[in-house]
Amino acid sequence: MREHRFHAAMPRKDRKSISGPTALPFKKPIEDVRSRLEELEELAGQTTHDLSEELAFYRDRLERLTQEIYGELTPWNRVQVARHPNRPLTSDFVEHLCADFVELHGDGYYGDDRAILTGLATIYGEKVLLVGHRKGKSTKERLACHFGSAHPEGYRKALRKMRLGERLGLPIVCLVNTPGAYPGVGAEERGQARAIAENIFEMFEIRTQIIVVVIGEGGSGGALGIAVGDHIAMMENSWYSVISPEGCASILWRSADGKEQAAEALKLTAQDMQGLGLVDEILPEPVGGAHADPRTAMNGVGEAIAARIQALRSVPLDELLEARYQKFRRIAQLEQAIQAEAEKAANTGPREVLGDSDESPDLIPEGRKGVPPRRTPGSPRGRRL
Amino acid sequence: MGWGLRRKKKDMPGGLWTKCKGCSAMIYTKEFAQNAHVCPKCGFHHTINARTRIEITADPGTFAEKFTDLRPRDRLGFVDKEPYAEKIENAQKKTGQNDACIAGTCEIEGIPVVLAVLDFSFMGGSMGEIVGEKLACAIELAEANRVPVIIFSASGGARMHEGAISLMQMAKTCAALNHYRNRGGVSISVLTNPTTGGVTASFASVCDFLIAEPKALIGFAGPRVIQNTIRQELPEGFQRSEFLLEKGQIDSIIDRHALRGQIATILRYTPQGRDYPKPKTATAES
Repeated sequence: MREHRFHAAMPRKDRKSISGPTALPFKKPIEDVRSRLEELEELAGQTTHDLSEELAFYRDRLERLTQEIYGELTPWNRVQVARHPNRPLTSDFVEHLCADFVELHGDGYYGDDRAILTGLATIYGEKVLLVGHRKGKSTKERLACHFGSAHPEGYRKALRKMRLGERLGLPIVCLVNTPGAYPGVGAEERGQARAIAENIFEMFEIRTQIIVVVIGEGGSGGALGIAVGDHIAMMENSWYSVISPEGCASILWRSADGKEQAAEALKLTAQDMQGLGLVDEILPEPVGGAHADPRTAMNGVGEAIAARIQALRSVPLDELLEARYQKFRRIAQLEQAIQAEAEKAANTGPREVLGDSDESPDLIPEGRKGVPPRRTPGSPRGRRL
Repeated sequence: MGWGLRRKKKDMPGGLWTKCKGCSAMIYTKEFAQNAHVCPKCGFHHTINARTRIEITADPGTFAEKFTDLRPRDRLGFVDKEPYAEKIENAQKKTGQNDACIAGTCEIEGIPVVLAVLDFSFMGGSMGEIVGEKLACAIELAEANRVPVIIFSASGGARMHEGAISLMQMAKTCAALNHYRNRGGVSISVLTNPTTGGVTASFASVCDFLIAEPKALIGFAGPRVIQNTIRQELPEGFQRSEFLLEKGQIDSIIDRHALRGQIATILRYTPQGRDYPKPKTATAES
């Protein structure tokens, strides 16, 4: 069995040191009870007294308290859980969940962005092409991965590998976990916006099943760049939004202090996202969050992915792509938008293939026929004052 | 010249004079408007609202606005300094529009097209549900009518106040464009000052032709965000059209006065615009 860095798998001595600096403030009562319980357990090993009643009491209390606190997390708490240092990352999913993993590097044009991990993987017996944001574990790795913020070459690498998956007939699994695409000079020079736009655009025509799971942070366009698919799932304590709570707060309140308020306002939790009809499924996490029991959390995600792939495999590809298009075209659509459709339908005949018809489109209003084209005003530099 | 005198000039009532944002010159407003809001001294292209854009782009009298019933709604109950619902109302009063996008059919030098224009004066041209929906509807209208679609962008990006709903408009507009292109549709994206964020990172970057106005700010992250990340001064001209052209990100930079003519020229190379101008008798009956 492989060594694991996680809380649950660690010897008790190391555990305390980890729960210190990485502990979330709202978890304080849980940690208190836990340490009391640990003391008692140690004591129980040393004395002959029967402490089973006390132990049972504290175990029960710990469980109830954990359930209680995690049952009523605020949106900002969830953001904190989503960023917990012990939360399983894409690389952990690869290590724990993916058999026969073959990492494939590089975008084939410019470089190999460490912030996006791509490769061939087998998840619960399903052979897939895996794409995921990589945040890095060690400080050195985190820096190399820009904390999960990808550059254009990362998005191009993802697209290139997805196209490979398409050719090989492999379903694509995208694990989303990014605070956002990298905002830097190099990223802009190499076309960050365009790289993301092209991924979104192209993912509508990739002829294979695409499963998207937001496993931590779903930060804006940087997330959406690998998040167009047939089935969109979010882990219970992940967030997905148009902007990070800090970014939103700094724009609207001119300081990052409003982040809790922003997290509330943005409706970024999995529950809110499902309520708005923007995601299909919430994948439950163990009590206490995925970081409390990473293996169980990852197994749950793996099972859900495999089940969804099997379900989608029976759908013919043409239907699958049409459904994917319709899913995003009608996403969270208002009633009035449906009325606009009617307006459009009234305006036009049946939809046909463009450009191969002899009929001239009748778009010219009566009064306009034969009017000469307007002259363009002035010279490029215009007149001087 | 004393300070008092200068200030007096700037505070001139009635908006008789407009200050150029490029060279700070004072320009006679009437002349400025006649020159399509391009500074006659330095050539700086000022941001113009959607109506003005349509006026200088479409053949006179040909623009027929569509999807006018689409109105934004505050679905998240978003409140910052003021509720989003009030913000919408104020922007509507200020601009006389429902949202930051105007779309419709028109002709450009006689060639029928669908035209969609983002309006920076309405909440920074930000893309919420209605902007996304209108764009998607416009693209579909172009698909149904078998005409090209031209999209003018001027936007700060996705509209924060609509949360992930606005994020999904990026996917929605790309979905519509993908559908359209796979059925032979031709699209032209004109990037004007400024175009950033979720608009640049979606429909505005995946059209067949990417054209920018001179010196327009175009990028993914805003300059302030980048500066905060790298903590260095940004190079001169960074994220401007000329920079993007040099880096191979756009097809061409076209002066505002030449834009209409150049768009028409490009359209005449497309399957839908190849037969224009039509002989007058051919268009009379159809």
